Amino acid sequence: MSPASPFLTGPIVAAAEGAAGGPTLDLPWNALIPLILGLPIFGFLFTAAVGRRLGKQAHWVPVLAVFAAWVIAMLAAYGALTHAEPFGESGLVVELYTWIPAGGFQVEVNFLVDSLTACLLIVVTTIGLLVHVYSVGYMGHDPGYWRFFAYLNLFMVSMLLLVLADNWLVVFVAWELVGLSSYLLIGFWYRKNSAALASKKAFIVNRVGDVGFALGIMAIFVNTGTLNIRESIGLMTADGAQNAIPLVVVALLVFAGAMGKSAQFPLHVWLPDAMEGPTPVSALIHAATMVNAGVYLVARANLLFAHSVEAMVVVASIGIFTAILAASIAMTQTDIKRVLAYSTLSQLGYMFAALGVGAFTAAIFHLMTHGFFKGLLFLGSGSVIHAVHEEQDMRRMGGLRRKIPITYVTMLIGSIAIAGIPPLAGFFSKDEILGEAFKLGFAWVWLIGIVVAIMTAFYMFRLIGLTFWGEFRGPREIWDRIHESPRVMTIPLILLAIPSALIGLALGLPLGDSVIHHWLAPVFDEGVHVIEEARNVHPGPYELFGIDGFLIGASVAVAVAGILAAWRLFGAELPGIRIGPRHGAVRAISARVPFLYRASLNKWWFDDLNHLLFIVIGGRLAAAMFWFDRVVVDGTVNGIGSLTVSAGRGLRQVQTGRVQNYALGIAVGLIVMAGSYLILAGR
Amino acid sequence: MSQSLDAYLILSGILFAIGTFGFLARRNAISMLMSIELMLNAVNLAIIAFAAFGAFGGSPAEISRGSVIALMVISVAAAEATVGLAIIIAIYRNRRTPLVDEYDAMRQ
Repeated sequence: MSPASPFLTGPIVAAAEGAAGGPTLDLPWNALIPLILGLPIFGFLFTAAVGRRLGKQAHWVPVLAVFAAWVIAMLAAYGALTHAEPFGESGLVVELYTWIPAGGFQVEVNFLVDSLTACLLIVVTTIGLLVHVYSVGYMGHDPGYWRFFAYLNLFMVSMLLLVLADNWLVVFVAWELVGLSSYLLIGFWYRKNSAALASKKAFIVNRVGDVGFALGIMAIFVNTGTLNIRESIGLMTADGAQNAIPLVVVALLVFAGAMGKSAQFPLHVWLPDAMEGPTPVSALIHAATMVNAGVYLVARANLLFAHSVEAMVVVASIGIFTAILAASIAMTQTDIKRVLAYSTLSQLGYMFAALGVGAFTAAIFHLMTHGFFKGLLFLGSGSVIHAVHEEQDMRRMGGLRRKIPITYVTMLIGSIAIAGIPPLAGFFSKDEILGEAFKLGFAWVWLIGIVVAIMTAFYMFRLIGLTFWGEFRGPREIWDRIHESPRVMTIPLILLAIPSALIGLALGLPLGDSVIHHWLAPVFDEGVHVIEEARNVHPGPYELFGIDGFLIGASVAVAVAGILAAWRLFGAELPGIRIGPRHGAVRAISARVPFLYRASLNKWWFDDLNHLLFIVIGGRLAAAMFWFDRVVVDGTVNGIGSLTVSAGRGLRQVQTGRVQNYALGIAVGLIVMAGSYLILAGR
Repeated sequence: MSQSLDAYLILSGILFAIGTFGFLARRNAISMLMSIELMLNAVNLAIIAFAAFGAFGGSPAEISRGSVIALMVISVAAAEATVGLAIIIAIYRNRRTPLVDEYDAMRQ
């Protein structure tokens, strides 16, 4: 390691300052941090082993395990975010054991808890805990109750390992484990064909990205000879570092993995189908936590990306393209969960756009706020689906606010939050992304982002309008039996609504110098600095009555515009606001732009394109390969075999078994040899 | 005693050829064993003839060396004949025939 690397000297200086004075949080971290993982591991093993016999009591161990993990994680997050000792600014490394000690190749299973990990820990454990509680009600009548909780705990283990791991290889293991638990949970109702297909689709599409990620890890090892995340990135980006594989390639390979897990174009097709799983799974894995893994990975490797500006542009382009693509699809979908799924894609696109322009803090901020309000919206949609007897089509809903008020109010809060109305959470994080994009010189990202913001507000209030306002459009007998979900489901909704409303105020203020900036500064400062040097962009101080005020105004204005447009078309029933839905106008507008409408309804034909590319053309190619294998390869092998057999059959005639024949052979051989010797020697 | 080595060698060659022919052509195992004896003795004759004509050297000790080799061959031949006869008798008890072309167990 070269001592010249600022990456390496930074933490040492920081630690020295921390020791001089500052908060301390002295707990037995070496035992507690592994316990965050150990508790859900125990919950998983216990439930998997004896859960079947526990029947309807199977949830106790998993829920309590996650609760205990949540307590520890909150303590650790508190320590890491206040930069208290022993975390300091550079984070605490807990050494567990050496997994692969092979000479110079060492893979250590260490945990790193710094402020970035802490942010993820808060999101993962809080939403994980609430989803566990919610599932007690939602999955109450399912025969696979215990199996569900075992899988959920397995997912918690994998996700926590992913955010805690300090080593690329361990991250990769966790990466695959979350993929596995996602597969198991999407296909939870495996007797349903669509669920089984969706789980396979998710798994296979993720593999595509994972190949890239695996190659990226190999490239990192080739470049540096170590798999420790911070050490390897420090070595690769040090001044005058000689990299056998260019940093741009490494960054793009890692990003390929992030694209798969976070469902970015063109690997986005799996996420909407993943809604076949139970709704708590959609909330936990496919909205709030696992899909954030890609964002986390890029943020963790921010220095690597900062040193390859071209890769950053790719990240920003793919992110913002996914954002607008998914938002446009969400506007016409009729399945309540699919609207939310496309919304998730779109918001993840925002996060990648933020990472791409260099606004790492904004990306993580949006990750946190989005985790809360999208988790809330998904759980709310689950409550709605539960209420209307497993109906997911919004065309057969309506007027539900009178029947399920708690769900209605909490989902309304979530919708306002995601639409970006101040002072709710989404406003702060989304505005920060858009503002940073503009100020860092990516006006086009900002412009597309603004369009996406209009669409976001529109499709969310379309969802609210179709579901909760107006008249019920389903069968009469269902309407009579609709009732609010049990308390075990509504309390998690309320508990999620609180951060959805307030986390922006808590973390996003004061504007321009927010709390979360202070939290994440040690992780991102160097990367941001490198980017600003590379692009020669130096954003000035924060001006509330200047450019920043204008940007805030713009994003609020478009959010309001989107909401008003949705109200005009799909109605509104708020205190003091009564607008009736205008179904005729919806049809008229759809008919005026038939191409756009059909494109949105058919998801821009990406599933059909994949069908054509991989099923039809790929199938033909595979058939041709199969023919080649059968005829040419197998033919060669079988030909050699049968040639040997027939040669043996011919030669067998020589072997008579009679001694005298052999003796004759010996005699003739002797005569021939002796004779030829004589002839040759006689010359 | 003839003064020409050739005469001994021709006789030895004829005896050896008869032995070889007998070994290859006779069907009776005992006759084959006898043919082997004939071949061995043809070789003995050749060795002694070579030695007597000074192939190993001219001194009496060197001339008698041929006889020593011949005696050696005779004793080995006697041992070989014993073992061979024992084997033939064992096979004969098994197969009830001395004819070797019926001994085709090696082919199975």
